[in-house]
Amino acid sequence: MKDTNFDDQFVQAKDIKMSARGVQVFYGDNHAIKDVNVDIADNTVTAFIGPSGCGKSTFLRCLNRMNDTISSCRIQGLIAMDGQNIYAPKVDPVQLRAKVGMVFQKPNPFAKSIYDNIAYGPRIHGLAANKNDLDEIVEKSLRRGAIWDEVKDRLNEPGNGLSGGQQQRLCIARAIATAPEVLLMDEPCSALDPIATAQIEELIDELRSNYSVVIITHSMQQAARVSQKTAFFHLGNLVEHGETGQIFTNPQDPRTESYITGRIG
Amino acid sequence: MQEQHIASAFDRELESIQAMIMKMGGMVETAIHQASLSLESRDEELANKVRLADKQIDAIEEQINQEAARVIALRAPTAGDLRTVLTVIKISANLERCGDYAKNLAKRNSVLVKLHPVGGTGRSIRRMAREVELMLKDVLDAYIQRNVELAEHVRQRDQDVDQMYNAMFREFLTHMMEDPRNITACMHLHFIAKNIERTGDHITSIAEQVIYLVTGEMPDEDRPKGDQSPYEFSETGSI
Repeated sequence: MKDTNFDDQFVQAKDIKMSARGVQVFYGDNHAIKDVNVDIADNTVTAFIGPSGCGKSTFLRCLNRMNDTISSCRIQGLIAMDGQNIYAPKVDPVQLRAKVGMVFQKPNPFAKSIYDNIAYGPRIHGLAANKNDLDEIVEKSLRRGAIWDEVKDRLNEPGNGLSGGQQQRLCIARAIATAPEVLLMDEPCSALDPIATAQIEELIDELRSNYSVVIITHSMQQAARVSQKTAFFHLGNLVEHGETGQIFTNPQDPRTESYITGRIG
Repeated sequence: MQEQHIASAFDRELESIQAMIMKMGGMVETAIHQASLSLESRDEELANKVRLADKQIDAIEEQINQEAARVIALRAPTAGDLRTVLTVIKISANLERCGDYAKNLAKRNSVLVKLHPVGGTGRSIRRMAREVELMLKDVLDAYIQRNVELAEHVRQRDQDVDQMYNAMFREFLTHMMEDPRNITACMHLHFIAKNIERTGDHITSIAEQVIYLVTGEMPDEDRPKGDQSPYEFSETGSI
C-alpha cells in the first residue's frame, strides 16, 4: 500500500469496525478488485455475495492480509481496522490475524486433539499464563462455538474424528480462541448438511454480539437469514452495499436484482 | 424485468399467476358491467348471471393464493420476483372484494325490480359504475405494462367517483324527503352507490400495488379524497 497518507477521517463513526477505501487488487496483470469502498460495521454480520470469480474471497482475504502469502498479489488503497491502517509497516500480520480470525469453506482441524486445536492459538500468542487459564479458554471457546456439550468428554480425541458440522464448529471455536474482534468466514456452510448449517447460522447470530462477522456465501437464502448488511460483488466491483432487507426486497442496481433473483446478469 | 430466469420454470410460474390475475380482472370487469346494466334495464336474469359468476371469481382467487404460496415455498423469490408474488396476493384480494360488491349490486337489484324506479338514479349509478369499470380496465393495463404513470392516474381518478357518490347521496336524501315511499328503494340504491364507491377504493389500492411492484415503494398518502358524505347532514333537518 503506497497510499498510506491515512488518518482517522474516514473512520469517524464509532460502530465502524473495518473500513476500505479505494482498494484495488492485482494478481499479476489480472485486476481482481476495482476500487472498492466499504465500511464493515461492528457487532454486525455482513454478507458478501456474488458469482464465482467476482473477487469476494480476494477482498475478504485482504481484510486479514491473507493475500500477503501470494507473491503475485498487489494491493492498493486503504484498509483500516479501528482507524488503524492494517497494511502499515509496523503492523505484524500474525498479530493482525489473531484479531481478525478466519474460517474456511472446508473444515480444516489440525491433526491434533480437540483440546490442542483450540489451545494452539492462545499458546503461540501467549494468551494463557498457565494450564488453568488455557483450560478455561478452551472451554469458553468450545462453548461459544456451540460444541462444548458434544466434545467435553473427549477433548483428547483427534479433531478430525468429528463429523463435518462438528469439525466446522471446532474451527470456529479455534478462530474465537485468540479473542478476535472480527471473524471472516469464507463459505463456512457449503460442506454441511442443513442441520449443521442451521447450527452454524445460529452460532453466527450469537457471535454477532461480540464480534463483527463477515461471511461469504453462495446461498442467497443464507445471506438473507444471517446477515444485517449485504454487499454484492460483480467482476471485481462492489456493485451495491446496504441493509440486507433492502437488498433482497428492493435492490437499487439492476445487476444486483439480476443476480439475487437468479437471472442471467 | 425483461431478462429471463436461469430456471425457466420459475418464469413460467410467475407468468401463469399473472395471467390468472388478468383473467380474474376481466371477470370482475364483466361483473361490474353486467350488474350495473342489469340495474338500469331492470333485468333480473342478467343480475342472476352476475351472482352465479362470482363463485368463479372466488375460485380463481383461491387458485392464485395457492400458486403464490407454492412459489414462495419452492422458489424463495427475492426483489422484483418477491414483489410480484406479494402484489399478486394483494391484488387478487382486492379483485375478489370488487367481485363481491358487484354480486351485492345484483342481489339488491332483485329487490329493486319489484319497487318503483326512483327518478333518474338508475342512470346515475350506471355512469358511476362505468367510471369504475374504466378505472379497473386501466389499472389492469397499468399492471401488465408495469406503467407507474397510468397507475398514478387511476389513483387520482378515484376522487371523481367519490364526488359522484356524494352527489348521489344528496340525490337520495332529496328523494326520500320528497316521498317516504321512496325510502326502501333509496336505501338499496344508496348501498349500491356506496359499494361502487368502495370498488373504486379497491381499484385505487390495486394502483398502489402496481406502483409498489415497479418502484419498490408505496406511494405517499397524499391522494385527494372526495368522500364528503360522513360530514353530510340534511339542512331541512326533517329526516
